[in-house]
Amino acid sequence: MRHKIHKWFWVWDFDKEEKWLNEMAAKGMSLVSVGWCTYWFEDTDAGAYQYRLELLEKSPEHPESRKYISFVEETGAEYLGSVINWVYFRRPTNSGEFELHSDHATRIKHLNRILRLLLVLMLCNLYPAIYNGWLYFGVSHFTLNLVCACISLAVELLVAAGLLIVLRKRRKLEREGKLFE
Amino acid sequence: MEQTSGALTEAVYYILLSLTQPLHGYGIMQKVEQLSGGRVKLAAGTLYGAISAMLEKGWIRQLPEERGSRKKEYEITDVGRDVLHRELLRLEELLRNGREILGGISNET
Repeated sequence: MRHKIHKWFWVWDFDKEEKWLNEMAAKGMSLVSVGWCTYWFEDTDAGAYQYRLELLEKSPEHPESRKYISFVEETGAEYLGSVINWVYFRRPTNSGEFELHSDHATRIKHLNRILRLLLVLMLCNLYPAIYNGWLYFGVSHFTLNLVCACISLAVELLVAAGLLIVLRKRRKLEREGKLFE
Repeated sequence: MEQTSGALTEAVYYILLSLTQPLHGYGIMQKVEQLSGGRVKLAAGTLYGAISAMLEKGWIRQLPEERGSRKKEYEITDVGRDVLHRELLRLEELLRNGREILGGISNET
């Protein structure tokens, strides 16, 4: 039977999302397809699959990404789909532990891709924040501009908080990487 | 001349060793795990990154694809063998110094 569940995860909580998917699988609800804030599960044996997700640099349709996805598939994993540049894989638990990264360097590279995405979001959002603020205080005094400026500012703060969370994760990995590979 | 003064990562070292025979991605993962007695488990993403970098440097090459097979096979090149040999010399130096200073353990092998 198919179950549809709506759930929201912040970009910087990708590890929580992964953990949730694996916990669902452990209960016998295995993810089969993904969409924007939407997850489709099917009933399977408990713990039949392990799940991993990853942010790719380019869109999943890009030839470079397609090459990577088919490489991962060749190692026994199944590609379930994508949301923007996030791709979702699963592999049967009986083929051993499923990981996408097995050293600090590639884990740090992955975090750097997430950091870049958050920085772009912050930059894109900076313009409406400043522009609406300038309109309200300098030109129009329309409440709508003030509201828009406040919303943009709130988003900016939220993304900044996410950025700090990812930076902390990266710092932890870098510290471990100084002694071990 | 290739710049190889630094240490190879464990992953790169074992991938090069495993590619003394032609293997595809999953084959490399299995071979490396077997060579290391189950200690080194390469993940697909890490392996992909290492393969791309080594192809670029010419340490390994991709074999012509067989018809009907989607899997790509790789093999070490002469440059790659050279890199491995130099790494062996470096590792031997590490071992020699470690054994000399710590003593004891060296007799076990």
